[in-house]
Amino acid sequence: MSNWIEIGKVEEIPKQGARVVETAKGDIGIFRTLDDEVFALRDRCPHKNGPLSQGIVHGRRVTCPLHNWKIELESGEAVAPDKGCAASYPVKVENGVVYLSL
Amino acid sequence: MKQKLVLVGNGMAGVRTLEELFKIAPDKYDVTVFGAEPHCNYNRIMLSPVLAGEKTIDDIILNSQQWYDEHNITLHVGKKIVHIDRKAQKVIADDGTEAKYDRLLLATGSNPFILPIPGNDKEGVIGFRDIKDVDTMLDCAKKYKKAAVIGGGLLGLEAANGLVLNGMDVTVIHLGSTLMEMQMDGISGAMLKSSLEERGLKFRMTSVTTDILGDERVTGLKFADGGELEADLVVMAAGIRPNIELAKKAGIHCERGIVVNDTMQTFDPKIYSVGECVQHRGQTYGLVAPLFEQAKVCANHLAGYGIGMYQGSVTSTKLKVTGIDLFSAGNFNGDDTTEDVVMKDAARGVYKKVVLRDNKIVGAVMYGDTVDGAWYFQMLRDETDVSDFRQHLMFGQAHLGDSGHGGANAASALPDNAEICGCNGVCKKTIVDTIVSQGLFTLDEVKAHTKAAASCGSCTGLVEQILASTVGDYSDTPKKKAMCGCTDHTHDEVRAAIRDNKLTSIPQAMSFLDWRTKDGCASCRPALNYYIISAWPKESQDDPQSRFINERAHANIQKDGTYSVIPRMWGGLTTPDELRAIANVADKFKIPTVKVTGGQRIDLLGVKKEDLPLVWADLNAAGMVSGHGYGKSLRTVKTCVGSEWCRFGTQDSTGLGVKIEKMTWGSWTPHKYKIAVSGCPRNCAEATIKDFGVVCVDSGYELHVGGNGGIHVKATELLCRVTTEEEVLEYCGAFMQVYREEAHYLERTAPWIERVGLSYAKQRVVEDEKGRKELYARFLESQEVYQVDPWADAVAKDEVREHYIPIKKLANA
Repeated sequence: MSNWIEIGKVEEIPKQGARVVETAKGDIGIFRTLDDEVFALRDRCPHKNGPLSQGIVHGRRVTCPLHNWKIELESGEAVAPDKGCAASYPVKVENGVVYLSL
Repeated sequence: MKQKLVLVGNGMAGVRTLEELFKIAPDKYDVTVFGAEPHCNYNRIMLSPVLAGEKTIDDIILNSQQWYDEHNITLHVGKKIVHIDRKAQKVIADDGTEAKYDRLLLATGSNPFILPIPGNDKEGVIGFRDIKDVDTMLDCAKKYKKAAVIGGGLLGLEAANGLVLNGMDVTVIHLGSTLMEMQMDGISGAMLKSSLEERGLKFRMTSVTTDILGDERVTGLKFADGGELEADLVVMAAGIRPNIELAKKAGIHCERGIVVNDTMQTFDPKIYSVGECVQHRGQTYGLVAPLFEQAKVCANHLAGYGIGMYQGSVTSTKLKVTGIDLFSAGNFNGDDTTEDVVMKDAARGVYKKVVLRDNKIVGAVMYGDTVDGAWYFQMLRDETDVSDFRQHLMFGQAHLGDSGHGGANAASALPDNAEICGCNGVCKKTIVDTIVSQGLFTLDEVKAHTKAAASCGSCTGLVEQILASTVGDYSDTPKKKAMCGCTDHTHDEVRAAIRDNKLTSIPQAMSFLDWRTKDGCASCRPALNYYIISAWPKESQDDPQSRFINERAHANIQKDGTYSVIPRMWGGLTTPDELRAIANVADKFKIPTVKVTGGQRIDLLGVKKEDLPLVWADLNAAGMVSGHGYGKSLRTVKTCVGSEWCRFGTQDSTGLGVKIEKMTWGSWTPHKYKIAVSGCPRNCAEATIKDFGVVCVDSGYELHVGGNGGIHVKATELLCRVTTEEEVLEYCGAFMQVYREEAHYLERTAPWIERVGLSYAKQRVVEDEKGRKELYARFLESQEVYQVDPWADAVAKDEVREHYIPIKKLANA
């Protein structure tokens, strides 16, 4: 079943921003929206591998810093007309602590 | 129970309204659509390419049956509504089908005008309006030889061209002496005529058709001058008339069209109307761009939002005959109160005329080279005063050294494989195919789908031409351009609101201005942040999360996610100690690339994000600060060596450059901002392509503004001459401040000056001495807050530094 890994406190991630979790298989961006929702996506834009964690977070989307693709934080899907998907990971917040499942 | 919405007219305007409605209120109505034609909504403007054999019917379908199904629309095709019972709120079709409505939308379009002459009902006499007409023409082209097209307007010429391509011998009969006189003046009309003649079209000008000859089927035409012409097919293309028959019968107030107010409502408040059947503020429209604006407004009111007004459209025209570029807009014939500026080069087949009234463009007509059509049209709509650049107005926006698309300026002449967008490698065929297969209409849609013109934008004119020649010109023509999809307000309105109402945070501004989205988008948030901190430097807080990553991380993001670091070198000067420190940093952090920049500094490329604060700490220790090579801010002050060493130098350009950079560094601007100081008119620092350039002369200093060495190479214009260094600093600060306070976000000084005029900048900075001093004071005041080294800040503060490192490192996951 899900193997939850403690990542850190929600407050350590800036609102409308992201932090990175380094893993052996590459970075994962942990995003926090204005409403304190937390999402996790592989930190590579489906377009040209831009680091999504460095983009501007707005609503439940992030805009890639390299070529402005917009990616849905929940699903990792690119917003049409662009097509592509960044892998998303289960993430939960309990008592202000973020847990990630790989 | 959902309310019922009935649409009469399954064409482009009506269906576009439904599309706009579904975007904002997808579940408000049960929708029923009646269409007299037996087809789904198709792109009527593309009938010409279908006739010409360049497209098929399937290519031009805009909404497939699947689309109607997905939106649960009850679709009745091939049923014509013959009666509206306004009391019972229902419509009745010719086959007896009835549908009740709470809201009714009339989009009945227009009918071709059939000349009231004897014989107009004979077989073989048709209009050019729908798929059936195209089928008839294609069918005739197989059986018959000779065709006549009555009407030398846009539609008539497109029909004639299509019939010629289908092997017919075609004569165009035209009442006037100029083809397309609604769009062309005499000269361009004649040029158009001769190039169409080269394609095999024949013309009979200034001819009045009096009779259509033949028994059951047409055999020819007779004219008022007694002449006759053989014809097996006659296409009437003498204009269109709004189709108001149904509305009139139902007692809805009609004049030339169905009269609507600014919310697209007819005199019956339950009934709305859009498209070619409509008369709004006395105007009817036969082009598509206005219909789309109407659709947007109408949808908003149908959704019950009650905002948005249609205020009429200014339209422009491009002809969809492959290989011919022409453009016209506004009052291109001029009158007693206007003057013409004309350029004609017959050998190249180029003609341009711009009509001015009080130095503002009121009309334009272009033939052969239309790449600047969009530019003239923009200035026409913005009522831009062109007096400052009249002398090069006719040469277009971009006559100097544009990069990126090989200087091409006529898309129609380019082969399919020509690369249009040099940034994203998009060729002409890809753009055309995408427009057709995705049913695109506007420049913004083409940018989104193909990425052409979506990066540097230098090929925008070409992409617009391709769009125009593929489907006609559909680009939005609103009088005011909203900042982004999150708001209807323009940049100027937002700036004014922030200034006048002392809005000092982004949430406050969004709430005051009724932003549609909770926290904006990647386009409006950086703009709002800039407007707020520039208007209220002391009262507001900068919001890093609303800045592009480069400004958030104080370094330039590279394609692999690493960053580049550029320390400031004042006026391009450095020292052995600084160079040693840079070398040490490069070694210590294994920085792969060290490069000298165009702005006389050193760039360290390939730095990992988590190393940034460490690199900065070492550079800070050697006395260096951020060079802001990543920001919408003062970049560098480039200098030559000047009188200190150079045998030609007239002033100490290096020293002055250092002073200017010490004053201006750290300031945020609408876009990047470059300064240079040259020690003599040889101008080795290239000061005349900078935002602010100083050229030293023996008697003092020439101040130049609004230059740009980028996509659109543009030389500066002279602001004024001054005699002391103190004056240079004051004028420099004042000019920068007026730009900071008034330009739109992401607008360089060159386009800003083009928009407001050099005279305006001169008035603010040169003529108004008191105003200049106030601007200068405000600039210095803002610098008290923003002239801090962001690197030192990040090095010193734990809570800032932690954002540069991973929140967690999972070694085994």
